[in-house]
Amino acid sequence: MSDLATNHGGAAATIAIRDNYLAMARQKQMYGGILLIIFIAMMVSGFRLADSRNAGGFWNGISQIFDFPSEVLSEGIAKAALLPALLAEFLPSLIETLNIAAVSTLIGAIFAIVLALLSTRGLARWPRMIPVFRRMMDGMRAIPEIVIALVLIFVLGGGPVPAMIAIAFHTAGALGKLFSEVSENADLKPVEGLSSVGANWMQKMWLGVIPQVAPNWLSYGLLRFEINIRASAILGFVGSGGIGHDLRLAMQWGQGRYDQVVAIFILLFITIVFFDQLSSHYRNRLVKGH
Amino acid sequence: MSSTDMAPTASADLQLAVLKGFNRKQMVAFGVPAVILVYLTYVFFAFDISGIASRARLDNAAILVSDFWSHKTHVTRDNRDGAISVAIEGETKGTYPPGMLPEWVTMADGVTRIDLDRGHEVIFDDDGARYIYPGYGVIDISPQDGKLILVLPDGGIPGWINASDTRIAVTTKQGRFSYTRNRTEVFRYQAGWELFFFTLDSPFYGKSFVELVQLATVGERVDPNRSNISAMAHGFWTNAMWRHGDVAWALFETVLMAFLGTMGAAMIALPLAFFAATNFSPSRPILFTLRRLFDFLRGVDGLIWTIILSRAFGPGPMTGALAILLTDTGTFGKTFSEALENIDNKQVEGVQSTGASRIQQARFGVIPQVTPVFLSQVLYYFESNTRSATVIGAIVGGGIGLLLTQAISTQKDWEEVSYYIILIILMVMAMDTLSGWLRSRLIGRTAHP
Repeated sequence: MSDLATNHGGAAATIAIRDNYLAMARQKQMYGGILLIIFIAMMVSGFRLADSRNAGGFWNGISQIFDFPSEVLSEGIAKAALLPALLAEFLPSLIETLNIAAVSTLIGAIFAIVLALLSTRGLARWPRMIPVFRRMMDGMRAIPEIVIALVLIFVLGGGPVPAMIAIAFHTAGALGKLFSEVSENADLKPVEGLSSVGANWMQKMWLGVIPQVAPNWLSYGLLRFEINIRASAILGFVGSGGIGHDLRLAMQWGQGRYDQVVAIFILLFITIVFFDQLSSHYRNRLVKGH
Repeated sequence: MSSTDMAPTASADLQLAVLKGFNRKQMVAFGVPAVILVYLTYVFFAFDISGIASRARLDNAAILVSDFWSHKTHVTRDNRDGAISVAIEGETKGTYPPGMLPEWVTMADGVTRIDLDRGHEVIFDDDGARYIYPGYGVIDISPQDGKLILVLPDGGIPGWINASDTRIAVTTKQGRFSYTRNRTEVFRYQAGWELFFFTLDSPFYGKSFVELVQLATVGERVDPNRSNISAMAHGFWTNAMWRHGDVAWALFETVLMAFLGTMGAAMIALPLAFFAATNFSPSRPILFTLRRLFDFLRGVDGLIWTIILSRAFGPGPMTGALAILLTDTGTFGKTFSEALENIDNKQVEGVQSTGASRIQQARFGVIPQVTPVFLSQVLYYFESNTRSATVIGAIVGGGIGLLLTQAISTQKDWEEVSYYIILIILMVMAMDTLSGWLRSRLIGRTAHP
């Protein structure tokens, strides 16, 4: 009798659990549905708003999307014989763009290393200052490169230096955060060993921490270099220096110089793809060790 | 016999290997910094860093810094007809209407007195102008036969006075003064951004905060047709000097570009990623084509997409959104398909064992595993694209990027430039916080991008 009762109770409990589960699943589904509806409404209204504030409409533009590329391409094909000479002509600007990216990555990374070590728990020289350095890095990351570049162009004049400083500043903040995440996971035993023999802070970092984190740091640095190539091209277009600047001049001239536009597009495309492949190859080797 | 013979050679080998390793380490420790140094030296000359000092315009920097925290008011006298005008930053929008003057300017019987504070005073009248400099004396300027006669307290012209037959300029800490045959002008510098809330033609101009609160709550209506608070909001929003309404729209447009671009790219890339992942793709050719497409989209890069699209769609936020969408479709396609390749197959098999179809396997076996990775990617890019949208806006002509480049290219509205810079930084920080908050709500604190 009692046996039956418990059985009965168990079944009821199971039913209750099932009902509970189904109710929760329904609730979850409902929340998901509401979120989806809100998201779709935001996308649709955002799209319509952006469309209405755009000079040319979306549907109008879609039909013209190939006009400009075909115009550029046909001129490029017509003057195909000139292309090798043009590619050679723009090579120095391309090298300048690459130099901007490389130097800003280097300088940014050097600052990032210092900031990262100063803001990592367990490694910081002045542990009380950790929040200060962290906020500093947040601020450096938040300022878009274009803002610094345009202001510096006003003060320093044209050329590659404003773009370089702007990208380096942002890089220091962005890499600093990633570097400090890596160094947070570093093994502290070598550091303790070094302090037991009386090493100072610099020696502890240089001999105890850097060898551990170097592969990961290098991999982030390579990724940043790739991002900075794109940034330096776009900053050249808006501000000054490098191949972006040449591209803007050629675009302003318009028809008749589209062969130059083609040459610059080709150079940029090849460069970006090349460094993309190179950096992902070496990053794989550094991080996975093969 | 042989073992004792072997031991020294083995330890010698070991010693050699260790020494070799040390040598290599030493080479790296000195070689890498040396290479970096050589490269930086090359760039030092390639970028002509030493020439920067001569090209740098520190006066521009000084203007920028002073405009950042102060404003100047021009008091101008047209010396041909004696008309006086007072204008903030010398702009028409900031000109004081007739009958209204700042309290440091007084006009009576054709004599204008401008109080520059700390005893400095400038007086305009029909005979010319006088600058009273306490501790130095009176600088008296009067025109005679088309020439300017300058009378100073005692012989010698100090460095802060620049005098010629046609133009006399005085620059002091209290302001700047210049006299030419056609016009006399005084600039007075004051802290703060003038007219930030209300322009001179607004009835609320010059009121203190307490007075404004009183007007907004219990005060009598300035305009009988609407409440004071809505008149205030309207006055602020349509402020002709600072254009707060337009700026707010521009900020919103920038965020909109980033939102539409990132989310659109994610929505397009999500289904495509399944076809581009080795463990889900129905056929090799499709996989190969999609991967090359993703590489192409990323390789062409945002700059070129922006240029191509702005030709087709014209300036505006839609163009910027589409440029972000195209580039990020490539990025998301690559990272999503990589995430799909790295999933744990046990969950899929578990779902499969219940007789689920392929779609159901994907929905219940795969999606729950990859959602955290995808979401954190998308949120990260949303935040980073807000920054990119500023630059892209400058190229396509939309959003806060356009306002910023316009304000910089006029080279005089530096207070507006500072205002935009502050707003951009606040916007990016807000987006950073929002994406961080969403990430922790949707995924939990532990997940890393």
